[in-house]
Amino acid sequence: MTTESHSATHVSAGSHTSAGHAGDHAHGSLRSYLIGFGLSAVLTAIPFWLVMGSVIDSKPVTGIVIMIFAAAQIVVHMIYFLHMNTRAEEGWTMMALIFTIIMVVIALTGSLWVMYHLNTNMMPVHDMSRMP
Amino acid sequence: MTVSISPPREGHPVFYLEDEHAHAEGGSTMLGFWIYLMSDCLIFAILFATYGVLGGSYAAGPAPKDLFDLSLVAVNTTMLLLSSITYGFAMLAMEKERVGATQGWLTVTGLFGLAFIGIELYEFAHMFHEGATPQRSAFLSSFYTLVGTHGLHVTFGLIWLVTLITQVAQRGLIEANRRRLMCLSLFWHFLDVIWIGVFTFVYLMGMLR
Repeated sequence: MTTESHSATHVSAGSHTSAGHAGDHAHGSLRSYLIGFGLSAVLTAIPFWLVMGSVIDSKPVTGIVIMIFAAAQIVVHMIYFLHMNTRAEEGWTMMALIFTIIMVVIALTGSLWVMYHLNTNMMPVHDMSRMP
Repeated sequence: MTVSISPPREGHPVFYLEDEHAHAEGGSTMLGFWIYLMSDCLIFAILFATYGVLGGSYAAGPAPKDLFDLSLVAVNTTMLLLSSITYGFAMLAMEKERVGATQGWLTVTGLFGLAFIGIELYEFAHMFHEGATPQRSAFLSSFYTLVGTHGLHVTFGLIWLVTLITQVAQRGLIEANRRRLMCLSLFWHFLDVIWIGVFTFVYLMGMLR
């Protein structure tokens, strides 16, 4: 990533050539891409297998397990494909990511929590409106 | 970029110009693009939340079990995952200054992306045929909004991809094109990350309901 090579050019500001700008380690290597792909393939295949084959009897347990697999795969993608690290752009990409994760968690849990209770409590009103 | 600065003489104020290179053209593009992706992430978070709230309101219409074909979704997921790795190969080829290989891998990526969109449109057409239109129920409205928004992103990514293949053909792997390819790389992998959420929460969890 350019971002990484920036921090590199801070050290050696002189060698700011086109090739140096791209950075050698910036995009990860063939090996890291293949590791990421392999992990992603496994982490995708297992949830599909669990659901399509009804491997676990309990549905809530299956749900939790596939959510864990999804979270793991998102982390794998972040590291191996998006090349996230704490050094890029002096840590600002990581800061933006952490902020976004906090916002996403608030939005998701807040919506689901509030709307679940609203749904449950509004049900009688809905039924009453149908009464003659 | 070689800037010759005469060594500071004694008694003269010293100005440090070390940070100057950071403001070179496109120097802040990657961070800016990352912040755009994060804001896009928030859009998807809201759509996921909407689906989470409305996903069970079938209005006596079809439920996920009646509509979704998981083997089709598995194929679709494979297409997107393969397009991610081939984009990675394109980036590796770009690093090695190999124009032909870069374009080749970008084309393969585009074909996988096209396959993804094709399968998704086929799935939507099939659902429409069964009467499962967005107007049918709150579940279907939120489903089409979430999955459709992701599909639109992939479509725009494809347009961007074709644009960049043309750009690379015309100008080669110049600095600006490298930057653009890196932005699209982030965008493309980001869409794959969103798809992980979609196939887990919408399709797999939908079948568990």
